[in-house]
Amino acid sequence: MAVTEVQLPSLAVPGFGLRHNLRAIRVVWQREMIRFGRDRLRVITSLIQPVLFLFVLGSGLSTITTGSIGNLNLRTFMFPGALSMAVLFTAMFSAASIVWDREFGFLREMLVAPISRASIVIGKCLGGATTASLQGLLILLMAGLVGVPYSFSLFFTVLAELMLFAFTLTAFGVMTAARIEQFQAYMALNQMLLMPLFFLSGALFPLRGLPGWLHVLTRIDPLTYAVDPVRRAVFAHLDVPAATDRLLNPGVTWGSWRVPTGVELLIVAGMGIGMLMIAIWEFRKAD
Amino acid sequence: MDAAVAVQGLTKHYGDLVAVGGVDFTVHAGEAFGFLGPNGAGKSTTIKMLCTLVEPTAGTAQVAGFDVVRQRDAVRRNIGLVFQDPTLDQYLTADQNLRMHAELYGVRRSALDERMSLVLDMVDLSDRRKSLVSTFSGGMKRRLEIARGLLHSPKVLFLDEPTVGLDPQTRSSIWRYIHDLREREDVTIFLTTHYMDEAENCDRIAIMDRGRIVVMDTPESLKAGVGKDRVQISTDDDQAAIISLQEKFGQSATMSEGLVTFAVANGEQFVPRLFADLGVPIRSVNVARPTLDDVFMSHTGSTIRDAEESGQNQWMRMVAQRRR
Repeated sequence: MAVTEVQLPSLAVPGFGLRHNLRAIRVVWQREMIRFGRDRLRVITSLIQPVLFLFVLGSGLSTITTGSIGNLNLRTFMFPGALSMAVLFTAMFSAASIVWDREFGFLREMLVAPISRASIVIGKCLGGATTASLQGLLILLMAGLVGVPYSFSLFFTVLAELMLFAFTLTAFGVMTAARIEQFQAYMALNQMLLMPLFFLSGALFPLRGLPGWLHVLTRIDPLTYAVDPVRRAVFAHLDVPAATDRLLNPGVTWGSWRVPTGVELLIVAGMGIGMLMIAIWEFRKAD
Repeated sequence: MDAAVAVQGLTKHYGDLVAVGGVDFTVHAGEAFGFLGPNGAGKSTTIKMLCTLVEPTAGTAQVAGFDVVRQRDAVRRNIGLVFQDPTLDQYLTADQNLRMHAELYGVRRSALDERMSLVLDMVDLSDRRKSLVSTFSGGMKRRLEIARGLLHSPKVLFLDEPTVGLDPQTRSSIWRYIHDLREREDVTIFLTTHYMDEAENCDRIAIMDRGRIVVMDTPESLKAGVGKDRVQISTDDDQAAIISLQEKFGQSATMSEGLVTFAVANGEQFVPRLFADLGVPIRSVNVARPTLDDVFMSHTGSTIRDAEESGQNQWMRMVAQRRR
């Protein structure tokens, strides 16, 4: 005799409601975790870029900056950039799994289930955010290698900021992936977006005394508001002369106003929620 | 609930193209109902409308008692789906795929383990439940999809071309599983196929061509309804043979699959007369009892393979439209 556990009447009510959708969010998230856990290669390859950036580019360039930035090593300055890079690349890659799922059919299994589209999108974003945060954490653990002190308050502040940052970036990735049908197309779009976003974010150089056009572009780049809070947190735990701090940690200014960390984080969170909404809306429209 | 699926005037247009042009039918609870027709006949579009994946242009449909447009989630909860294209996660194990499905469909956790063992057992995959799906053969994947489609005890199981792309042996084994599950589960089966021989597995068949249902009945009645045997001959001069058949025997023959084809009652007794009076040298003769192919032919004027060739353009256009 068939087991009839999912029969009427509990199923006849319109919609399972919140509890069922929370279950769906969790399982979509869980799937991302299982796949991330299986994909050791991905964990390592995603680490290569930030590590290269930090130790090769950072060490190489530091030979020409020695002296001009006091006793500070350039790698220390670049550390927040490396963290952002790890999170940025992982988040965008995680979002690619939506395109992947679409191409290999699994997305359909989720789309035909009796759950809201929002659950799928939220689950994906949380999954991507978790994997990206974990990648960020791996870089964060290298702090001591680049002269950033290990401190609980710094560790948790930065980790929390990275998690927020990871969520927003995954939402951005999912939003752009929502309508794309081919993996290659998404990767091409990524290549087009990632580098400008990264270059303009202040991950590579302090955002002060720039030419006018570049100044404007850096202020438009959403990533700017994610990198700066991390840098501020790091510099708050460094013992550097005030002049060096002014030079390398100028913050983000609008006119003469230095945007406070709280506002920066609100901008990042607001964008994350906004892009999540757009992603959900796009998925509702799709077949 | 008598009708598992009830459809009234269901229509789907893609731009100017009429994919489904107003179909009416009812599928009874517990029945195995088949949609038979060439590619591009509108079978998949119809099944997609019933599964709430495509919104109808006009008409209404109820599945498991729920309206496919207004009660979408209720319909979804009560149906199982096996698509033409695989929708498994290859990087998860069979178990993980089923668990994921159970969560998405809100299956009660306390009953899940038992239910999972049952459906895996039904498709003979119990020993592979811990294996990654990427290690499965095409037939095993299809079986797992069938098991997954049944996991949440749906009232109607939709199978869209369940055997397409599989080798003949695997195809027949899939049918064994489908028959088996009908005995063990209280489920209505709705399937589409363009294989005539497979449609015989259904209790009732609707033959579809160019977006319309041309005829609907049990396979036996359909074949009996043809009443004539199909005769196919190859001759030295096929055109002359067709003219001669018309003039001397009153038979209107057509070219089908490269052979002169016509239908007569008592084909075996007709053949000697044919040799005596046709006047065109005959190279080979083939007389066949009515098959579903003849049913299709007697209702549409072409064989299903011919229809597929001419339908190809229409189908391509439809795909192009949908990809927009």
